[in-house]
Amino acid sequence: MAILVDGNTRLLVQGITGREGTFHTQQAVAYGTKVVAGMTPGKGGSSVDGIPVFNTVREAKEATGANASVIFVPPPFAADAIMEAADAGMPLVVAITEGIPTLDMVNVTRFLAGTGTRLIGPNCPGIISPGKCKIGIMPASIHRQGNVGVISRSGTLTYEAVGQLTALGIGQSTCIGIGGDPIIGTSFVDALRLMNDDTETHGIVIIGEIGGTGEELAAEFIKANVRKPVVGFIAGRTAPPGRRMGHAGAIISGGKGTAADKIAAFKAAGIHVAESPALIGETMARALKG
Amino acid sequence: MKIHEYQAKQILSRFGVAVPKGEVAYTPEEAREIATRLGGIVVVKAQIHAGGRGKAGGVKLARSAAEAETIAGEILGKKLVTVQTGPEGRIVRRLLIEEGLDIARELYLGLVIDRMSASPVFMASSEGGVEIEVVAAEHPEKILKEAVNPALGLQPFQARKMAFGLGIDPLLVNEAAKFFGSLYRAFQASDASLAEINPFVLTRDGRLLALDAKMNFDDNALFRHKDIRELRDLDEEDPLEVKASNYNLNYIRLDGNVGCMVNGAGLAMATMDIIQYAGGQPANFLDVGGGANEEQVRRGFEIILGDPNVRAVLINIFGGIMRCDIVASGVVAAAKSLGIKVPVVVRLEGTNVELGQKILRESGLRFTVANGMKDAAEKVVAQAKG
Repeated sequence: MAILVDGNTRLLVQGITGREGTFHTQQAVAYGTKVVAGMTPGKGGSSVDGIPVFNTVREAKEATGANASVIFVPPPFAADAIMEAADAGMPLVVAITEGIPTLDMVNVTRFLAGTGTRLIGPNCPGIISPGKCKIGIMPASIHRQGNVGVISRSGTLTYEAVGQLTALGIGQSTCIGIGGDPIIGTSFVDALRLMNDDTETHGIVIIGEIGGTGEELAAEFIKANVRKPVVGFIAGRTAPPGRRMGHAGAIISGGKGTAADKIAAFKAAGIHVAESPALIGETMARALKG
Repeated sequence: MKIHEYQAKQILSRFGVAVPKGEVAYTPEEAREIATRLGGIVVVKAQIHAGGRGKAGGVKLARSAAEAETIAGEILGKKLVTVQTGPEGRIVRRLLIEEGLDIARELYLGLVIDRMSASPVFMASSEGGVEIEVVAAEHPEKILKEAVNPALGLQPFQARKMAFGLGIDPLLVNEAAKFFGSLYRAFQASDASLAEINPFVLTRDGRLLALDAKMNFDDNALFRHKDIRELRDLDEEDPLEVKASNYNLNYIRLDGNVGCMVNGAGLAMATMDIIQYAGGQPANFLDVGGGANEEQVRRGFEIILGDPNVRAVLINIFGGIMRCDIVASGVVAAAKSLGIKVPVVVRLEGTNVELGQKILRESGLRFTVANGMKDAAEKVVAQAKG
């Protein structure tokens, strides 16, 4: 079953004519994702590798039946692109763009409230249901179809975890990068709720990092609701306070959001914590054996 | 991005936030001139990007222009060590000379973006002059909070609610509400990530002013604020971090001796962690980005090696879509052109990994090729110690 994306996903690429948009569209098509449309204002009527390009999301959706969109639009225009997709009634929007101003995301959050649109990201690698559909920038080759769900705030650290799982013969149902920004569309809890209800997902890996309280809320949710084995890792034990560690959201401020607090919350919720990032796969292998 | 107190006050006053009269001085003579213009008692305030200046001797009262000049001469060019600077301290290069005020009450005001509610949140407390984290830990009930609807801005009733909550004289509540509204508009219009007025003071003659002011800005929004970008003070930043930012590299200097270069912020943090897990200490955080090329790898090397504490370097690249052979060629070229003397451990993963490892082995350079993060961390820590 997987969550959110599968063989029925029909993808629109917003910003398809840009360098990143074109490259990752080709990668998605090669993986088997049904990319049905592209969209760049002013380039409607053209095509990219045979994929028709439209001027607006609404036109693209009506002409092709697209039911998900991915955003490769530069930061100053990305919030607008997300809102256009929501206005056109797109059920799923995956925003890859890194560097969107926080106050733009404050406004986007208000705009999305009450619409039927789920936003994933921004500043994320995207979402993949191995063997079915890939939306985003993650390398396809490291994934393998299976029954472990992966939820993470990071990109390459997620690939590291997925690579370990695959090397141990543990496939993935869906891997979702929720994004490294302070304000994101889909939280750990949102993603956990979906994976908890998914019969194909038998175990969950959750990869957090310093900053915010998303991991603490995830721990509470898991303790109360999740009976599947959960493996957790938190990046940033060695991060100094008050410094932004690459991701806009990765900052310990006012003594809040430390790795130690998050690890303690994970342990209190019965999550199998990988003490080292090299042990995420092995910890899941042991957890699945019970 | 951070700015100085006097710069924050300039921005705030443009939005109608009341601040004490004052000017910035770079020399003792300028300090005397400003003090003469202001007349009466003045306050000489060291301008550095760190709090705790008062307790560290960076804020002093002067009863005359001559005394202001003397104090300025004592502080300028000196190292100020506060609880926030760390033991290395900061050199004071600028002073704010401000009118002295007769203070009746010290309060606290702050504005941040709350992640979970995705809203700006206004905070106010009767406990001014104290760090808000301390108040939050000891007296959380003394912090009043108002979430602001970003489409509407801070509403007058919310501002009044806080003003009455702070125990401000009813005759001054409307003025306080106006102050809060101006502060919110300054925060919103400049894409700030933090605006803090601590203390927000009531003077004995019934005025409300921002005695201190701190503003941080959202780096992602600086593209639309040229005026704020120009306020950046490179003297307040680590020279290696400044250099890295010029190449769009994300580098943060730390205290250890194991340098590291990684693609992706999460993996870069995890690499620092695993270095510690293996018994070493990371010398830095360095994210070369998702699509690191040869030039970036070379610049990254340069910056890591600019830190004399570095005894060994770990390169951890999860190639993904980026091909490992291209990364390996970049590492070899960079190492050759820079004549690297410290041991380098390279861990590559992803597309064309075998080819990449072959390029490293056949380069004639002393790379240690590692398999996996654990192996890489153990090898680099051993080499840093050896």
